[in-house]
Amino acid sequence: MAEAGSPKKLPLDAIWRARTSKFGDFAGYDMPLQFEGLIPEHNWTRQHAGLFDVSHMGPSFFALPKGHGIEGDEAHKKVASLIERLVPADIQGLKPGQVRYTMITNEDGGVLDDLMIARPAEPGAAGDLYIVVNAGCKHQDWALIEEATKGEANLVRADDRCLLALQGPTAHAVAAAVIDPALAEMNFMTVKRYDAFGRITVTRSGYTGEDGYEILVRAENAADLANALLAHAEVKPIGLGARDSLRLEAGLCLYGHDLDPTTSPIEADLAWTIQKRRREAKDFPGAKRILREYELGAAKKRVGIRPNDRAPAREGVEIMKDGKTIGVVTSGGFSPILNGPISMGYVETEHAEPGHVVDLMIRGVPRAATIVPLPFVPHRYHRPKKG
Amino acid sequence: MTKRYTKDHEWVCLDGDIATIGISKYAAEQLGDVVYAELPAAGKSFAQGDDMAVVESAKTASDVYAPISGEIVEGNAAISGENWQIINDEPEAGGWFVKLKVSNKSELDALMDEAAYADYVKGL
Repeated sequence: MAEAGSPKKLPLDAIWRARTSKFGDFAGYDMPLQFEGLIPEHNWTRQHAGLFDVSHMGPSFFALPKGHGIEGDEAHKKVASLIERLVPADIQGLKPGQVRYTMITNEDGGVLDDLMIARPAEPGAAGDLYIVVNAGCKHQDWALIEEATKGEANLVRADDRCLLALQGPTAHAVAAAVIDPALAEMNFMTVKRYDAFGRITVTRSGYTGEDGYEILVRAENAADLANALLAHAEVKPIGLGARDSLRLEAGLCLYGHDLDPTTSPIEADLAWTIQKRRREAKDFPGAKRILREYELGAAKKRVGIRPNDRAPAREGVEIMKDGKTIGVVTSGGFSPILNGPISMGYVETEHAEPGHVVDLMIRGVPRAATIVPLPFVPHRYHRPKKG
Repeated sequence: MTKRYTKDHEWVCLDGDIATIGISKYAAEQLGDVVYAELPAAGKSFAQGDDMAVVESAKTASDVYAPISGEIVEGNAAISGENWQIINDEPEAGGWFVKLKVSNKSELDALMDEAAYADYVKGL
């Protein structure tokens, strides 16, 4: 759902253009696709820290009207109850500073987008939510949110700002040195505002499977932040190409490919995103189908697939068993870490167990492949120590 | 020996009636690191413009078209042996894809010489 006309330039266009000429239109934005090379950029992010410009995405603030007169948990519960009309996650139950991954679902139980919703940590921001949706869906999502909550809350777009993702095992050290030492202390899936580079909103999150941050910064401060990060020896700029191979290795869904309006969160193996309170309340769009599948299982399931030989199986490749079609590849390519091809796709549930051998129809020729658990490469998020 | 290029970035080098075929340096650079390639078996025949081979990088899969009609006499053993790096390292030398027995040499006339191809790439 890219916008018509010529693609928009990122606010930091000049910084990226000084480092690469390989740009491409993605969701209506002219995005850097590649710098040093897809594989070296991918490996750098797994070993050091990669800087991604994801300003094409849809950050926004969703807030009760000014002067709402309620405070603290009550204000949060009120604003959360409004957004819960669209998503199946327990947003009311978020603690201050907590972030949750969820989906906008339709009445048929399909997925209209996947997104992050955060409850600000600061007491003064009670009654606000920070919401980040996908680039290609943002206009649809914002319209849906406004329509469902008209007059009860306000949605303020923040996609005129820059969203920078810093990802990798040394991201915490870089963030501590360049932004604020407190960033190293944040836990995975938390949010906090910092008075640095103007005023920034930082989540400890990302879409590479690595530890890291996503930083919302005003456009006028963004170049200073990007340049300060790029000046650090551990940081290199990373293009959209490596962003895709990183998220695929991490077993994460790309909307429009691995998720779509006909696919349910249960089929997508995302049942963990629907917390108990919402399952019991049955009060979200598509609850009937989604909860039926939650109880009884879905007919198909998202799985990891490893081709047994070297040929990559990309999106659209048919998955067969004994000459019968049992599914389709929705994302596929090459894993630099495993040094071989990897794919994600949907198969009939009876064939979804790891270890099952299937055939991938690549250029008309069946090639053996094995169903494997996701992720392909273990996640390395910064979670609080238990105990 | 005559070397010619196609708009799809194959090169073909004719020696007698045997053509050596590969992808251009420009194509190899655009693709990035090759992670897979598939060559046709000896004995297979192709018409000019047919899908002949496949080359894949981490980024994408690309078809390699027959720049000239003929019958495959040999595939590059380095590529069949999964040494795909050679396509990136020496695209217009050791990284050749196939040798083909040409059926109609005059088809070369429609292709670009090195200078014309260099101009063509500059305009992309």
